[in-house]
Amino acid sequence: MPRIPVLAAVLALGLSASAPSAADPDPANWPSVLAAARGETVYFNAWGGSENINDYIAWAGGEVERRYGVALEHVRLSETADAVNRVLSEKQAGRIEGGAVDLIWINGENFAAMKRAGLLLPEAWADTLPNYALADTEGKPTLLTDFTTPVCGRESPWGTAQLTFYYDSAELSAPPEDIAALGRWIAENPGRFTYAAPPNFIGTTFLKQLAYGLFDDPSVLSKSADPEKFGAITAPLWAFLDKVHPDLWRSGRVFAADTTQLKTLFGDREIDIAMTFNPGEASSAIHDGLVPDTVRSFVMDYGTIGNAHFLAIPFNASAKAGAMVVANFLLSPEAQVKKADEAVWGDPTVLAYEKLAPEDQALFDALDNGPATLGPDALGKALSEPDPSWTEMLEAEWQRRYVGG
Amino acid sequence: MVNSRTTNIPLWVRIAPALTIAVLVGPVIAGLAGIALPAVGFAPLGGSSAFTLSAFARVTAEPGFFTSLWLAFWIGPVSALISLTLVTGFAAAAAGTRSFAFVAGLLRPVLALPHAAAAFGLVYLVSPSGFLLRLVSPELTGFSRPPDWLIVNDPMGLALLAGLVLKEAPYLFLALTSALQQADPRRADIARALGHSRMAAWLHGVFPAVYAQMRLPIMAVIVFSSSVVDMAMILGPATPPLLSLRILGWINDPDFSQKSLAAAALVFQLGASGAGLVVWLAGERLVSGMARRLAVSGIRLPGLPGVSMLARSGLVVVALVVLAGIGLVAVNSVAGIWRFPDALPRGLNLTVWAERAPELMNLTANTVLIGGLASLTALIAVMLCLENEYRSGITLSPRAKLVLYAPLLVPQIGFLPGLTVLLLRLGWDGSLLPVAFAHLVFVLPYTYLMLADPWNAFDTRYLDTARALGRSPDAALLTIRLPMLVGPILVAFALGFAVSVAQYLPTLLIGGGRVPTITTEAVALSSGGNRRLIGAYALVQSLLPFLGFALAAAVPALLWRDRRALRSGGVV
Amino acid sequence: MNEGLRIDRLTVYRQGRTLVCLDADIAPGEVLSVMGPSGVGKSSLVRAIGGFLSPGFATSGAVRLGGRDISALPPERRHIGVLFQDSLLFPHFSVSENILFALPPGGSRRDRCRRVAELLAPVGLKDLLDRDPATLSGGQQARVALMRVIAAAPRALLLDEPFSKLDADLRASVRSFVFDIVRERQLPTLLVTHDRADAEAAGGRVVELEAR
Repeated sequence: MPRIPVLAAVLALGLSASAPSAADPDPANWPSVLAAARGETVYFNAWGGSENINDYIAWAGGEVERRYGVALEHVRLSETADAVNRVLSEKQAGRIEGGAVDLIWINGENFAAMKRAGLLLPEAWADTLPNYALADTEGKPTLLTDFTTPVCGRESPWGTAQLTFYYDSAELSAPPEDIAALGRWIAENPGRFTYAAPPNFIGTTFLKQLAYGLFDDPSVLSKSADPEKFGAITAPLWAFLDKVHPDLWRSGRVFAADTTQLKTLFGDREIDIAMTFNPGEASSAIHDGLVPDTVRSFVMDYGTIGNAHFLAIPFNASAKAGAMVVANFLLSPEAQVKKADEAVWGDPTVLAYEKLAPEDQALFDALDNGPATLGPDALGKALSEPDPSWTEMLEAEWQRRYVGG
Repeated sequence: MVNSRTTNIPLWVRIAPALTIAVLVGPVIAGLAGIALPAVGFAPLGGSSAFTLSAFARVTAEPGFFTSLWLAFWIGPVSALISLTLVTGFAAAAAGTRSFAFVAGLLRPVLALPHAAAAFGLVYLVSPSGFLLRLVSPELTGFSRPPDWLIVNDPMGLALLAGLVLKEAPYLFLALTSALQQADPRRADIARALGHSRMAAWLHGVFPAVYAQMRLPIMAVIVFSSSVVDMAMILGPATPPLLSLRILGWINDPDFSQKSLAAAALVFQLGASGAGLVVWLAGERLVSGMARRLAVSGIRLPGLPGVSMLARSGLVVVALVVLAGIGLVAVNSVAGIWRFPDALPRGLNLTVWAERAPELMNLTANTVLIGGLASLTALIAVMLCLENEYRSGITLSPRAKLVLYAPLLVPQIGFLPGLTVLLLRLGWDGSLLPVAFAHLVFVLPYTYLMLADPWNAFDTRYLDTARALGRSPDAALLTIRLPMLVGPILVAFALGFAVSVAQYLPTLLIGGGRVPTITTEAVALSSGGNRRLIGAYALVQSLLPFLGFALAAAVPALLWRDRRALRSGGVV
Repeated sequence: MNEGLRIDRLTVYRQGRTLVCLDADIAPGEVLSVMGPSGVGKSSLVRAIGGFLSPGFATSGAVRLGGRDISALPPERRHIGVLFQDSLLFPHFSVSENILFALPPGGSRRDRCRRVAELLAPVGLKDLLDRDPATLSGGQQARVALMRVIAAAPRALLLDEPFSKLDADLRASVRSFVFDIVRERQLPTLLVTHDRADAEAAGGRVVELEAR
């Protein structure tokens, strides 16, 4: 039972170092946070695989430098887990302050892991940020429950996401909008579909999406996965994958690395259907000239997985006040509207339209969604993220079945 | 009787070898201890059970584990064998001819190329949407879209194997040419006079002595290939990947219990690399026995023109593939819309360069600073060591040479995670200086190997003459030896710089992500497949070491433009 | 007072075994020729007297110059000039810089340059001052090398087969050039050679070393 000692060690570490540091800034006293933040450098650990996002973060860096005197350094991660791991190593090395990571772009299992191991700022801070009052906590329950883990103010909402597929309407008149149709389409068009290899988030999300469509009773997904019944419950999912894999791109021997590679493969016309977590991605790609303007988005008729992504501060961050200032700025209407702009990134906002001041509402009204972006109705209902236990077990089983080669 | 000790050797020269050995071996031992000795308080990979037997059981039960392990085992010896065959075949067929010098010139820029850049070049050349297929599509193939062929990332690891050979063959060729300088070519002439064909004569007469000097570089190549990370990310199989990549994944897994898997897998990695070496050494013995039997049998192998042609062209193909790949990397960085099957982009623009200029400058500054620091430190340390060897008369034994190779004979992924945690505990991480230190560990051996031969070949009677003319040993070093060796010194510096620029894993782990270099960013971009961006980053990554070598060639030529004996930067 | 070079039962050992020994007095202006087959230790003898024997060798006996025991001194303080088989002109210096390197310190740059010209003019090398040593002929190189040794104002001279690499016709002229300077400057000189003609041209005593 190797897991228990590890967990025990992590817990023991968590206890030993979880006493809150007296110096932690208090966002309720915002002027003092602003004063403390001035001159700080915030190392923002965020996935760096998308140029649009990198550019947006660079823009935000310029703004917080100009307005608040906070320097923002984007540490480009290939996996968010790298930063989580970094904080864990520091904790084990006894570094309770002066850590390398100030702010992490995070959600789901990474957040759950950090929260469990006491790697986050111990007090709630995000829900007292000035701009948090504008967040759409009523309309978007995913802002309060991150993959079934209660957020409790330990991370600040940044954006929302919903699994979306896209295709070229010039080549494909009717995209497959349910799983049976998708299976048939793959069989008829061998080599023209793939997904990212789990545990990449888009790959794992695709597995969950299939689970919602294939399980006899999808409601089990909201509860902790039962290892005893896992095999029986998931059998239809593996049956489907076993059937389609030989007809996937590269015969299912290689998978994409992430959404960016899916987009590249789509742009190269190696695959005909791609998927993304960003409903504005297809329009954004048209805007960038990476794909033809005949590209359109679609979702599954039974809904697609939706979630939110957040910003968290490690317990030992060097620039906690600066990190809060950055998180608050990224939550501001101005930053959120720019993020939602498909010419920039196209990531949907977490703010509630009706809570905004009229001039901010006007900013959102002026947003011009591209031809490939689905409206709220067409996007359909968002399926909530399954319990994290499913993530782990689905990924492990997928590895077992398809990585063995 | 008075022992000859010309003068007392100053302290700063005397301590250089000890310090150098500490830098070479210290991190390796510390890093390995970090994995093997959790009992004494090291828990480098997280959790106190990092080294339990159950972790071994669990890691072997991981899906595809043995496939990953098998690849880590065979790819080292096989890639080394192919590279060695290419290099040896070429030398046997072309030694002493004009094409030898030509190919040597062709391979020089290839040698400076970082692994990641070479890998990108290969992808752009041979992948289904790559240049070769575009050239003949749709005219010959009928393809209007890229075919669904599994060329890159194939499960067998053949693309990775090809990529490794592209980098190893030039490196082994360098090792061969420097060994060749000490071998007497007349021995091949004698064998020819005894009736052997050109190639057989070289193989019988010259190769055994040359090979003895290539053994350590070959062993370094085997270990490196068995645990490579950046090239495996770009070219290697995915289902499952090379063991080193999986270890990196387990180290970085947010599920902390996976770290004990990483620790156990590290032990398997060391075993796979070690087994690769053992197999090589066994094969070596077998082949040398067979060669001896063939030699004493008196059989004269006929010289077949086809074989000779083939042997000559192998290395040329390697050089051309790498150079074409870099050309494609460059074109990609300025390409506008470039859809399959267009052989050339529809337009060229500098958008990526203009947009990325500030960032590329920052990354270049980091890379140059780290590389400059590491290679300059290595250069000074190596010069002091060599000077100490000269003054004390104690030269390196073969065993000591093994120490020199220590960081190259242990897989990077084997000891760097442990070292990272050690440095973290000392509070020395995540900034430029520790990264430069980690690079120093890998730069030192190459700097030493590059400079030792010209340094030792230096005619010390020049120094005796200076002494007889009233100069102290230090003055003779500064006024005579260093100026005369400025060419080789700069080449050693440039090689050290190139080695530093190419480092991926040490920068990533020791830098904790806070010290981005052109290499870490280029590799990070690889998964996204944005060819324009990768093109720009990989081109800068390739240009940096190349500029280093260009400078190393230009400075002596300029400095000694009026001094014929030194102008070529050649060894005196 | 004895102004010559006294080699006082000098013995060179390698790894504890005697390699070569010599006992000789060399008067100012005299050339003592030491002859013997190759491998007999002639070069080691030169290196022992000059002070740059490699580590691993040991010596007993003494070397006295002007009556003073110099055998414990480093080569740069022995004031013994050495000429090897090759001219060993420093390739990164011009001819005049090679001589300037050898001149004892002191004097203005202009003054030192004048001294170099004075040294080279009488022996017909003045035109070579700014040349790259690598562009000189073999004979010119040998002459410059000797003048470089002389520029350092040595009190004795060691010649280690200095003519062996020269063509036969050149050898005679360089030989007489060297011996003329030795006599003119009254330098006690030890010549090591395997060529009897060298020894005869030197005109001094000849010591034969025998292989052990």
